[in-house]
Amino acid sequence: MTSTVFAPWEDAEAKPLIHFQNVTKRFGDFVAIDDLTIDIYEREFYALLGPSGCGKTTLMRMLAGFETPTEGTIHLAGQDIAPVPPNKRAVNMMFQSYALFPHLSVWDNIAFGLKRQNMPKHNITERVEEMLRLTRLEKFARRKPHQISGGQRQRVALARSLAKAPKLLLLDEPLGALDKKLRQETQFELMDIQEKTGTTFVIVTHDQEEAMTVASRVAVMDHGKIIQVATPDRIYETPNSVYVADFIGDVNIIEGTASANGEDQYAVTWSEGQAPLNATSTTTFAEGQKCHLAIRPEKVTINADKPEGVDNLVQGKILDIAYLGNISTYYVELPSGTVIKAQTANTRRIARRSFTWEDTVWLSWTATAGVLLAE
Amino acid sequence: MGLLWLILFLVGASFFGFLLPVATLSTPFLQYLLQAVILGGLAYLLWRSLDDSRRSAVSRNLLIGTPYFWLMALFLVPFAIVLKISLSDVALARPPYLPHFDWATGIGAFLAELDFENFVFLTEDDLYWKAYLSSLKIAVISTVLTLLVGYPIAYGMARTPAEWRPTLMMLVILPFWTSFLIRVYAWMGILSNEGFLNQFLMWTGIISEPLTILNTNTAVYIGIVYTYLPFMILPIYAALERLDESLIEAAEDLGCSRLLAFWLVTIPMSKNGIIAGSFLVFIPALGEFVIPSLLGGSGTLMIGKVLWEEFFSNRDWPVASAVAIVLLLLLVVPIVLFQRNQQKQQEADQ
Repeated sequence: MTSTVFAPWEDAEAKPLIHFQNVTKRFGDFVAIDDLTIDIYEREFYALLGPSGCGKTTLMRMLAGFETPTEGTIHLAGQDIAPVPPNKRAVNMMFQSYALFPHLSVWDNIAFGLKRQNMPKHNITERVEEMLRLTRLEKFARRKPHQISGGQRQRVALARSLAKAPKLLLLDEPLGALDKKLRQETQFELMDIQEKTGTTFVIVTHDQEEAMTVASRVAVMDHGKIIQVATPDRIYETPNSVYVADFIGDVNIIEGTASANGEDQYAVTWSEGQAPLNATSTTTFAEGQKCHLAIRPEKVTINADKPEGVDNLVQGKILDIAYLGNISTYYVELPSGTVIKAQTANTRRIARRSFTWEDTVWLSWTATAGVLLAE
Repeated sequence: MGLLWLILFLVGASFFGFLLPVATLSTPFLQYLLQAVILGGLAYLLWRSLDDSRRSAVSRNLLIGTPYFWLMALFLVPFAIVLKISLSDVALARPPYLPHFDWATGIGAFLAELDFENFVFLTEDDLYWKAYLSSLKIAVISTVLTLLVGYPIAYGMARTPAEWRPTLMMLVILPFWTSFLIRVYAWMGILSNEGFLNQFLMWTGIISEPLTILNTNTAVYIGIVYTYLPFMILPIYAALERLDESLIEAAEDLGCSRLLAFWLVTIPMSKNGIIAGSFLVFIPALGEFVIPSLLGGSGTLMIGKVLWEEFFSNRDWPVASAVAIVLLLLLVVPIVLFQRNQQKQQEADQ
């Protein structure tokens, strides 16, 4: 069984649905978007991830037509959309606050966009019913927005923005107001709906877990710039900078200087009196160049006894243990004062755990476990 | 128990003993003051005689009772008096109507003399229903005009940057600092044949002959719109200010033009403000007296003016009272509707 991997961004022939070309947006002196060039492909689920104020919402509002770029152009399906007003774009947006019309019923909210495009009445009814089924809201069609729960409201907002079958759907922090469990359920629902409808989704979020779950590609933003765009696993496994590594998930960052040690092999000198760390990297580092070794805690093995034949080995004392039920994170303090996090699955009962606070333990990881980053 | 007797004694003493010297005091003010002191003292003694649970019950009842007291004193009692006069007959007397209540003949004879003659009279002379109808027409038209003028102002206010809004609000309320009567008089100066408006229009060359505006219905409309504009603006502004901007964006996003978004979202969302403002203008405009009598002409027929003439020119208090009672009954309908709207809005807000 072979299935083609969905990766149009790797295909040089593929035409992007959305193309940002050197787009800059300024509000007075404040630069919200700084000379940004990105491509978003059809059927993609594209997540814009970043701290608040990084420009991700501005980017989305430019796609919806509520802001115009100060410089640069945005193309949607090959057409420059700068002169197209929001009501003429084949783009719909799901607002962070949902922006449901309080004076209209759920049914009328969903039908609102359809009624604006002179659709025959029975077609409207059909489409609304379809949307209600898709979002499992059939029972609430006649209710007003204030008579339904937060999760249902969120689904109405989704149904309303999908009803017009837009080429592009923008989701602005769509799940922010939901509690964790409902959020997780809804994430899968979103992915399901995205697959069923074949719509291109662009989602703005500050929740990295959410971005990782739903997106085909994640764009990490900071200060109006895109730092890295890649698939969730690439973003996680091979971040291109300390910022991305630190922003996505948990990470140990060890500062040191690199020196070549065979092909794609580097020895990182990081602390007085400690053996250099071995790391593999395809990016070249100059002799003695300052570098950061980023290692995910789950890739660090913790042992009570000294293991043999490992690439990297350090000894330390357990400073703290974060017990999360399924996994535990150990904060191990090295003699140099550096704290390294190591994560293990709690496959054994907690009473039978082999180490506890103040124990001296050995941490080890392979040469390929970490990523060597220049900055 | 002893305290209760003391209080009873004090009550008796204040009526029979103390009031005598009080009555002989030279100024009425001092009389009232002394009576107030005596009553206050009694209330204090009564209060002291109660235990805690009783006290809290008394204070609760006082608190609840106060608005009812004012409602009784300022609304129901005057209404009862006006109702009584409307059922009386006009007479050359002081006050100019009969009967007056007399202890000697008793309440039966008093009631027997009251009748609905004045109300019947109102239906016989077509002046009255024409005046009611004309008032209704003027009130409706001026409410619509006020809405047309007030809505854009309220909309503009709600759309200005937040730091300017208090200033604009101040400007809307500012006219209240000048007497209403003086402001209406000022309009006479503006609208008269030699007034500022005509002078200005003739100076610009738009007209060669002065327009006759003062003492016409047009002047009445101008006066009512001007006077009641703040009552229209404020509730609409309150509704529009709360309007979430993203709703308009959502409407545009779903294919509405700006204008359509305004019609389909902004207007319905400010509906309660429009209703409240319209009633706040319509209700007082219906009974308006000062504006039609100062700015209107002989052709301006409004029930407020009729009432004034019955009362002061004809000195026919009973008919004037009957006119007032009918006006009040007419106003009950919009007032009840207004109350219902307010209540609905409050429920929606919760």
